[in-house]
Amino acid sequence: MDITTTPIAALAESGIAWADMQMYISVMIALVIVMTIADLLHKKSATYFFQAAEKADELLAAGEAESSIGNETGRLKQLSAGDKVNALVGTVAIDVATAGEFSNGPRRLVHIFTMWGFVLFVAATAIIVYGEAETATLATAWNIGAIMLLVGSWGYWIAFKVDCQSEAQSRFQIDLRKDIFSLGLMGTSLAALGWEFTGGGTGAWFNFVIISTAALFGSVYWSKFSHMFFKPMAAYNKRIIEANGTNENLPHETRDDEWQQNRHSMELLKDAPMDMGLGIKRSKPENY
Amino acid sequence: MPTFVYMTRCDGCGHCVDICPSDIMHIDKKYRRALNIEPNMCWECYSCVKACPHQAIDVRGYADFAPLGHSVRVLRDERKGTIAWRVKFRDGRVKNFLSPITTKPWGSAIPDFRNEPEPSQADRDSELLSFEPESIRLDDGGLHTLESNGLKLKEGVYY
Repeated sequence: MDITTTPIAALAESGIAWADMQMYISVMIALVIVMTIADLLHKKSATYFFQAAEKADELLAAGEAESSIGNETGRLKQLSAGDKVNALVGTVAIDVATAGEFSNGPRRLVHIFTMWGFVLFVAATAIIVYGEAETATLATAWNIGAIMLLVGSWGYWIAFKVDCQSEAQSRFQIDLRKDIFSLGLMGTSLAALGWEFTGGGTGAWFNFVIISTAALFGSVYWSKFSHMFFKPMAAYNKRIIEANGTNENLPHETRDDEWQQNRHSMELLKDAPMDMGLGIKRSKPENY
Repeated sequence: MPTFVYMTRCDGCGHCVDICPSDIMHIDKKYRRALNIEPNMCWECYSCVKACPHQAIDVRGYADFAPLGHSVRVLRDERKGTIAWRVKFRDGRVKNFLSPITTKPWGSAIPDFRNEPEPSQADRDSELLSFEPESIRLDDGGLHTLESNGLKLKEGVYY
């Protein structure tokens, strides 16, 4: 297996026209766009985020009006354009690029492999097909992307499928309607690398590639594919409400405040260390 | 007031599944995030709300009981050993509370029962429980009462 080549260019030489491949990818892109919009409309995800932003503004206005509520004053803050840019940069750099929402390190790593593998693989495929030429760099990106996707998607299924990890379900129990996204990613990566490893062509592996990619991109409305569009919005929203202090009405009192340390009800913690270690989070949640 | 999950905050870690005494917190098989599968059976113990590391779980007040934008949110900070509550009343008043949930570092005060002697037959026949009377200080001058401690019960409601 040579990672500086892909079977795509060879496919063009074997009789399948670039135009046909471009048509296939265009159909896939159209499916993703149409189904994602349908999914957003159906689930009202965009409406939810606009409502959440409005609610945060209302909380901010109400909190500022009631400046008499002791330590509420000074905690709330109208965000400047710079603060919003900071939130945006944090969202892109941490929440999107490195899957910052996951507190479980290995699961976060698996997500990073899957996401970046998918992006590399899809982008390289599109550039090769629409450019009608393959370079060693593009081919390497295609192969590395497919390998990362394989490691991430299969690693997730085997080690981190959360309903198995948290609820003792069998990994072999497949609900096609719910697992189609994971299976589509697993199938696409396996099919692409199998196709490459067996020398390309239009045989069984090629058909496997077509079937698995069609399943992945053709099921966007029913699968969780569109999470990659609304998750960044959720992360941005979370950063904004944390920065402006409203934080969905969550408590903000902390033992770090000297005022809190001296309160009567905190007397029992007066001589205790500031870091008490981990309690229930010491063990992984797999006690069913 | 059953719990519900903000799917956008949940990362599917499973702590709520682990801790729910009614076994009604489960992982959605499609989105891989938690959900309360049977809100009617939720007894509002708040265990999942407190265990969630992302504050992704909240409690929905019934409309006839808690309308007009009230809110009760909680934040359990294991590392600091505290729990904080923020109660927002319907008229906009806000009350904040902070209390200890442990006084020693977690796991540092677990008794090592392997080194304890086996209870004798007399212990087994006794009405006292393990570590009694030491643990209730009955061996230290008898039962502690208000009277024995020089205190009096005052009339009326007082704090």
